[in-house]
Amino acid sequence: MSGTHEARGLRSWLLTTDHKRIGLLYFWTAFAFFLVGGLEALVIRLQLAQPEGRLVSAETFNQLFTMHGTTMVFLALMPLSASFFNYIVPLQIGARDVAFPRLNAFSYWVFLLGGLLMNASWFVGPLFDAGMLSVAPNAGWFGYANLTERQFSPGPNIDFWVLGLQILGISSLAAGFNFIVTILNLRAPGMKMMRLPTFTWMTLVTQFLIITAFPVITVALVFLMFDRFFGTQFYVHQAGATPILWQHLFWLFGHPEVYILILPAMGIVSEVLPTFSRKPLFGYTVVVYSGVLIGFMGWGVWSHHMFAVGLGPIADAVFSATTMLIAVPTGVKIFNWIATLWGGDIRGTTALHFAVGFIAMFIIGGLSGVSHASPPADLQQTDTYYVVAHIHYVLFGGTIFGLFAGMYYWWPKMTGRRLGERLGKAHFWLTFIGMNVAFFPMHLSGLLGMPRRIYTYGPDLGPGIAQLNLVSTVGALLVAVATLVFVWNMWRPRRHGEAAGNDPWGGATLEWSIPSPPPVYNFSVIPTVESRLPRWKTEHHAAMRDPPAAPPAPIHVPGGSVWPLVTALGLPVLALAPLAHALWLAFLGAAILLIGIYRWAFEPFEV
Amino acid sequence: MTHAAATHPTSMGLDSRKMAFWAFIGSECLLFGSLISTYLVYKGRSVVGPYPHEILNIPFTSFSTFDLLMSSLMMVLALAAVQRGDMKWAKIWLFATAFLGLIFLAGQVYEFASFVHEGLTLQTNLFACTFYVLTGTHGAHVTVGVLWLLTLWVRALQGKLGPAHAITVEISGLYWHFVDVVWIVIFTVVYLIQ
Repeated sequence: MSGTHEARGLRSWLLTTDHKRIGLLYFWTAFAFFLVGGLEALVIRLQLAQPEGRLVSAETFNQLFTMHGTTMVFLALMPLSASFFNYIVPLQIGARDVAFPRLNAFSYWVFLLGGLLMNASWFVGPLFDAGMLSVAPNAGWFGYANLTERQFSPGPNIDFWVLGLQILGISSLAAGFNFIVTILNLRAPGMKMMRLPTFTWMTLVTQFLIITAFPVITVALVFLMFDRFFGTQFYVHQAGATPILWQHLFWLFGHPEVYILILPAMGIVSEVLPTFSRKPLFGYTVVVYSGVLIGFMGWGVWSHHMFAVGLGPIADAVFSATTMLIAVPTGVKIFNWIATLWGGDIRGTTALHFAVGFIAMFIIGGLSGVSHASPPADLQQTDTYYVVAHIHYVLFGGTIFGLFAGMYYWWPKMTGRRLGERLGKAHFWLTFIGMNVAFFPMHLSGLLGMPRRIYTYGPDLGPGIAQLNLVSTVGALLVAVATLVFVWNMWRPRRHGEAAGNDPWGGATLEWSIPSPPPVYNFSVIPTVESRLPRWKTEHHAAMRDPPAAPPAPIHVPGGSVWPLVTALGLPVLALAPLAHALWLAFLGAAILLIGIYRWAFEPFEV
Repeated sequence: MTHAAATHPTSMGLDSRKMAFWAFIGSECLLFGSLISTYLVYKGRSVVGPYPHEILNIPFTSFSTFDLLMSSLMMVLALAAVQRGDMKWAKIWLFATAFLGLIFLAGQVYEFASFVHEGLTLQTNLFACTFYVLTGTHGAHVTVGVLWLLTLWVRALQGKLGPAHAITVEISGLYWHFVDVVWIVIFTVVYLIQ
């Protein structure tokens, strides 16, 4: 299909290869999973609000915290970041799409189907002669062996987890290759690497982490799958194996994963702060190199998740030191962000509120993180609510605040209308207060001895623990109210929102030089970039001229394709084979995959 | 096969598909790295036999290794033929590469079958788990490579593969050589250093 007008209807969304539409699909799907994960968190908090809580059973509780963690990490935060990779990165580098538009659609469909397969486990209990809400994954989001072995987890719960995560890994890997090539190869003329917007830089580092970390967890999951289905003994102690292998492989993936979750948010904040301080990012080069350094160092700290194992003084000392070291490039970034604000012409938009909130919350999360770096202290904190407080300051106060900043910042670009600022401020303050009320007391309850992952506790667990838990629950309810305010804020401007125009904020980067939402071809003329802040006047450069409203020549736009969707469908079918113990499903899945790949390879598709 | 991308100038001057494939190979290194590391970590920890030195057949596997190495040579010749537009020899070398790949796979099937016959099944001991999953993953990669090469061969027979598609053959070659290199590592670590 050549042409510049937008196709409409359900079919056009199923076949789309447009990075902007795929970005929106990622956004809405991930936001829906975010709400599901939030609902799970609320039930957890209601259960723990008082001692001897009996809202849900121990079995249900295990499923709730496992699915809450798994959903938030793999189905909410990563794909919400991916929605911005999709929508914003091609616009920031001056490209018309990603390098492989069909592979991009494939990534989305695989993510959607993997997420649905994982969450289907809530409802399909009756198919396994069990009740509803009884076969969802239940061994924690890091699923330690040998609890996950068939001997100790006989039901299909862990099977859903093992198979779902492998499918989701394929989605992330495919997107990783795609965005690495997009960022390296599709830059507009003059967009040198050291002129890339910081968000795009952090996206690039994130993709390298994804393509190196995900194979490791894939291997760990394959071992577990073989143990559960084919009787191997990778994590079986009696056979001479060690369950610690799982911990090493999982955290070898798991710690880079932490940076996969936080680096995109750091990139967003590095875009929002300069725009609303009307100042270039302080020390751009240092921020970029710190991000790259974090990417490398993220590979050398994994065993700090395993101090309680007893790896010996040498391993403990080395990983303690590397963990303290990685705080340095992170701290560097924090000073750069603060220095960006310093003396700036600050506009207190909601996006800026969330960005500054990110800095403050991430400092708290970072400090509790450094306290885990000391093995003796960590031994006291392991498996307590102190760790739960830490991860939520980093992933909620950090990643989600960064993502919210990105939503308020880029919403006008993605929809053509601004989000309400008054509602936005209400959303921010409720979230900010709610999260601190919810998570700060967990530091204390944890240090006082509240273990994580217990479904209920007695009134005599420790002094004040019951009260601290009640406060945390109140905070969680506040966050829920805040999220409802945000949903209302997203819903409202569809008709009444203030039109955004090309550039509602006075942004410096290329995405603000084109209409909102952008036309299907993005840039009527591919811009030539002469500075790091092309749309701002600097000492050496005039501000660029925005591309004309109408393209001077017809622009080829790649048409859609059904084969990414078909190929993606093969994966859940393949995964259903071991779940249903049906070999024919494996053949069917493989056939769908093969047909999809061949039709994909041979269909005419010009980028 | 789509080839329009080759005509687009890219920022790094490298074909986008080729760059993506290098990234993929980097990712695969971590996959095989994890598998090989696990094999090494679990080496000597099996509590029952058969143990590696009782069962691994170095002369036979040396032949398989030689076969796979020769297939890499055929691959080089195939790419050179496609690049210079010599489709007659391109067909011959493409088929030869795939055929040597098939011989390797047949050797692996024979090896697995004889091991099972000697009492080493997937569930027997830690050596069996790590050995079968590692070499099996490699074998799956060879299978994908053979399918890929046969597809290219059929395209060549249909007259739909020419010098304009040299990049596609080059990328399949990258994959084939990579799978070959991985085997060299596996052969050394698993068979030669026992």
